[in-house]
Amino acid sequence: MRSPRPLALLACLATLSLTAACGGGSGFESDEAPEQQETTAAAGPVSLQVMIGSSGPAETDAVTAAVDAWASETGNEVEVIAATDLNQQLSQGFAAGSPPDVFYVSSDLVAGYANNGSLLPYAGELENAGDFYPNLVEAFTVDDEFMCAPKDFSTLGLVINNASWEAAGLTEDDLPTTWEELRDVATTLTTGDQVGLVTSAEYQRLGAFMAQAGGALVTDGAATVDSEANLEALQYVQSMLADGSMQLTGQVGAGWGGEAFGTGKAAMTIEGNWIAGAMTADYPDVDYQVAPLPAGPDGEASLSFTNCWGIAAESPSQAAATELVAFLTTPEQQMEFARAFGVMPSVEAAQEDFISEFPGFAAFVEQGDVAVTVPNAEGVSTVVADLNSQLQGLPDGDAAAILSSTQANLEAALG
Amino acid sequence: MSLTSGRRPRGKRVRSHEAGAGWLFTAPVLVVLGLFLALPVGMAAWVSVSNWSGAGSPFSSDVSFVGGANYSELLAGGGLVTQDFGTALRNNLWYVLLVVPTQTVLSLGLAVLVGRQAIRGRGFFRTAFYFPSVTSSVAITVVFLFLFGASGSVNAALAKLSVDGPNWFNDPRGVLHLLLGAVGLDQAPEALASSGALGVSWWEWLSGPSVAMSTLIMLAVFTTSGTFMLLFIAALQNIPSEVNEAAMVDGANAWQRFRRVTLPQLRPTLFTVLTLGLIGTWQVFDQIYVGTQGDPAKTTVTPAYLSYTASFQQQNWGQGAAIAFILFAIIIVFTILQRAALRERTTVPRRKRYVVPASARPGEGGRP
Repeated sequence: MRSPRPLALLACLATLSLTAACGGGSGFESDEAPEQQETTAAAGPVSLQVMIGSSGPAETDAVTAAVDAWASETGNEVEVIAATDLNQQLSQGFAAGSPPDVFYVSSDLVAGYANNGSLLPYAGELENAGDFYPNLVEAFTVDDEFMCAPKDFSTLGLVINNASWEAAGLTEDDLPTTWEELRDVATTLTTGDQVGLVTSAEYQRLGAFMAQAGGALVTDGAATVDSEANLEALQYVQSMLADGSMQLTGQVGAGWGGEAFGTGKAAMTIEGNWIAGAMTADYPDVDYQVAPLPAGPDGEASLSFTNCWGIAAESPSQAAATELVAFLTTPEQQMEFARAFGVMPSVEAAQEDFISEFPGFAAFVEQGDVAVTVPNAEGVSTVVADLNSQLQGLPDGDAAAILSSTQANLEAALG
Repeated sequence: MSLTSGRRPRGKRVRSHEAGAGWLFTAPVLVVLGLFLALPVGMAAWVSVSNWSGAGSPFSSDVSFVGGANYSELLAGGGLVTQDFGTALRNNLWYVLLVVPTQTVLSLGLAVLVGRQAIRGRGFFRTAFYFPSVTSSVAITVVFLFLFGASGSVNAALAKLSVDGPNWFNDPRGVLHLLLGAVGLDQAPEALASSGALGVSWWEWLSGPSVAMSTLIMLAVFTTSGTFMLLFIAALQNIPSEVNEAAMVDGANAWQRFRRVTLPQLRPTLFTVLTLGLIGTWQVFDQIYVGTQGDPAKTTVTPAYLSYTASFQQQNWGQGAAIAFILFAIIIVFTILQRAALRERTTVPRRKRYVVPASARPGEGGRP
């Protein structure tokens, strides 16, 4: 077409009229809110959607079985959807005004969803609200409101290759309990083709050392990244990197600690209890044990990671959804999940059962009392991502500079 | 109606009669375009100047207009957001600067090679070169992840040559920094380290692509060259052989024929290939999403990926949309620049090339 002007004009008009129609009509406005309020109170069978970010068929099957049991008991209908990309599918649901009723939310995303009004802050009213580990409750508390019930949790432990341990002449008495002992055993375990300790260059692993030194990213709502304790922790890690008894996963060409450990590049790694699944599936021949992380200058500490059962603020069946979550977080049900896919129950009452049933993972669950969670304030996840990118340069980097730039970023994020 | 009246100038009157039918026939396409193109673009534009946080409709009453706040935070905020955006632009700029010329030259070379009559098994080579283009980029990325792993095939091959290969996908060091380091310049000069743009120092802008990004650059060249080769083959076959023969008669050698005769005739195709290349490379996303997620040390974060994480992970939808629009502006600017660079300067427009020189041209529109 030689003269595009009339066409462009029409296109503009068409667009304008379309947008106007959408803006004026009810197509994009959610005016169903009052209706929802009514159905919340209404009793009777409802139909719920549960969306999970599943680690595999074992998890999907276990959640489906638990949810089905509840559904047949209460006469409700529940559909479990295993999301391929949970964040994206949730975002679509929230934007469209039709999110799933119950879904997984990780602790670093909870503030974002809470602040845009997507989450129903129901957890404080649960009967078992007091049973959860306090640090998990804190992880899901936004503006003093306990948003959602912790589903389960994971902590970091020191995973040790038994064959290497014995070959180096070490015994049970040598399990490291201090930083010095950790350095000693790592040096002993370092051979020509195996590094004593390998872990990822990220706050989610190295942050444990910061906590052991008494440091934290956030203290009482203020950024405290450039503290003496954090510097001491990073310098300790740097000294181990320098003498070769420790390396980062990138340096040995592994994607994560479990890979370095399973392939024998590392005699020890610092990983969470999810390593059990990977060891069984990918490296069944490696015999290993789990010890608690050693204590630092400020005592024992670890990091914990957790997801919660979020309930959508827009859910038309909030009462039923809350009942479902209460059922899913009972100690009995959580032990079912532990058996099916190796997670640790989020309620203290189940701790003894878990230890007696899985003695090999006692070290993980016992650290639940001393573990700290990654701060959950909005904007912190970007800062932590930036810190992680800087930690990849830790071997020959300036620890103080890394901390001070992160301090500036975190101050800006916390406002 | 006016088929017989050849003298009547084709003008407004005919068009106005046919206009109604024309609009009618184009209406379905216009509606589809409006619904699936103009409307989403309009919505994204609104989101980029609003404080929509991802819950409910962006047109609902509790979403308010924030002006250019999202844009100014990205471009002049000075915080982590600006720095991340600057890093993403730096990464993508190097990616574009290396991928676009390489893939264009390579695809033109391949087209000339497999376009020759003399070569044996042309069909095989054409298919082989085109194959990466029809394979899913996700599949190819995964294959590259294995090939370029720390103990992957590439490093195994390099080891045979006694070369200690880098840890490709985990190496955040900039290639240009490595080259400068090899000649002894491993510390940033004060002038470059102390100032910069978008929160990234000039020294960091000059780092070159990281080793990890270089792997993605190779991947992009590998996958797209085949498609563009096809475009060049089609263009080469459109060039009448007489022109080449005439040049041969005039005594031009093979290189002169290619440079002075073939290449100028490929100009429109070159424009297409460069434009498509620019658009594709500025929008690189799937390799990042599948392969590196922005690691190592943010050296493979691109604006498109940053837009995704800002929206879907941090719920900063306004910022994500603003990144998309800045990206759009960048692509437009680059396209205009290369269009200006490729413009035919010395000759009259092609349609009139058979006309006598301008000084002797008769009055406007007077050509019989």
